[in-house]
Amino acid sequence: MHNPLRSEADAFRWLVAIGIGAASVIALTLLTRPAVGAAWALLLVVGGAVAGYRSARGSLPRRVEVSRGGDGRHRVLVVANETVEGTALIDEIRERCRGRRAEALVVTPALVSSRASHWASDVDEAIELARQRMELSLIALRGAGVKARGEIGDSDPMVAIEDALRAFPADEIVISTHPPDRSRWLERDVVERAREEIDLPVAHVVVDLGAERTHTPGN
Amino acid sequence: MESATVALGHGHEEHHGPPEANQSSRIDRQTLGIYLFIVSEVMLFGAFFASYFFLRVVVNPPAWPPHPYELPVAVAGVNTAILVSSSFTIHYALEAIRRGNRAGMKLGLMLTWMLGATFLFIQVNEYVHLGFSARDLGFGSIFYCLTGLHGAHVFVGLCLLSFATIRAFRGHFGSEEKDHLGVEVPGIYWHFVDIMWIVVFTTVYIL
Repeated sequence: MHNPLRSEADAFRWLVAIGIGAASVIALTLLTRPAVGAAWALLLVVGGAVAGYRSARGSLPRRVEVSRGGDGRHRVLVVANETVEGTALIDEIRERCRGRRAEALVVTPALVSSRASHWASDVDEAIELARQRMELSLIALRGAGVKARGEIGDSDPMVAIEDALRAFPADEIVISTHPPDRSRWLERDVVERAREEIDLPVAHVVVDLGAERTHTPGN
Repeated sequence: MESATVALGHGHEEHHGPPEANQSSRIDRQTLGIYLFIVSEVMLFGAFFASYFFLRVVVNPPAWPPHPYELPVAVAGVNTAILVSSSFTIHYALEAIRRGNRAGMKLGLMLTWMLGATFLFIQVNEYVHLGFSARDLGFGSIFYCLTGLHGAHVFVGLCLLSFATIRAFRGHFGSEEKDHLGVEVPGIYWHFVDIMWIVVFTTVYIL
């Protein structure tokens, strides 16, 4: 869903549509009886409500605004949630930052467990879990010699990326997900949408936490 | 809704005061604010319309308007045309400033203000010549409440337009979206006032 009223131009279009509808009600009432006009008005209100609902469905096509750095530093925006501490991701970031002045911003969306939690803004636990995972990731990155900092982002990864890009002039984006058979982000085409909407190189890293744990020495 | 920012680059710093504003809204806060305000206004009008339809449908008097009262439909129709025209002029003002045409914006704002003031003048004149008052039956009460509530909104809209017009003549506003919010926000409010009048006119005067 999106807000169908976003500007004065939208409000003006609504006014014109309502004006035309009202004109038809007035004409029908004057030509027939008030009851006929009232029935037509009711029909228009219901039809308008349905049309408004349908026009508000789906996301608006858009281009994400990207801020520019210009200080010669290479900046990598990393978006990951449960896979944020995965070795494959840490290695990928380290490779991308190797041999140059680089900086990474790790954004971890706070994923809520249910739609009810989302609507009730019951996100404290999700934020805390995301923060814990992100801290472990930052420790690993700093241990690998990467200058990195972190943020907790919106539960929608696209919104989290958009938010981060307003303040962080990234040169590239790395999105980390579970393997395709277990990734909800891949199911929602997050990587594809990011490539379409953002004018930056977007890399996709698949982290198989199960396989990494199996291969960890001691397991 | 559920985002929060935890900057870890410099360790955990003590944070005082309110939390940072959420960045996730894709609509600027002034526009969002006026839309939220309009939602509350729609509910206010909804309460008055509920009273109107209760009196008209549930109480169901033998005639509406009750004998011997009559509503000046033709005058109100002309007034409706005047108010609806003012939405076109405020839209013209905004389109003008979006293209960088400051003269067009000033002209559009002035025309809108004059059309709004004309509407209000005709409505007051209508009240003077109606021949019934708010104390005459439930019909009189609800008629004056609905049209008076709307008239009050037109007055508020005129005040907002006055500020925007004065600012326009003092050289404020530009073609960038963020530079003409002072016209955009009153413009949205003005469209709301016009839409409400279309509904009030159709319901009270026509149906």
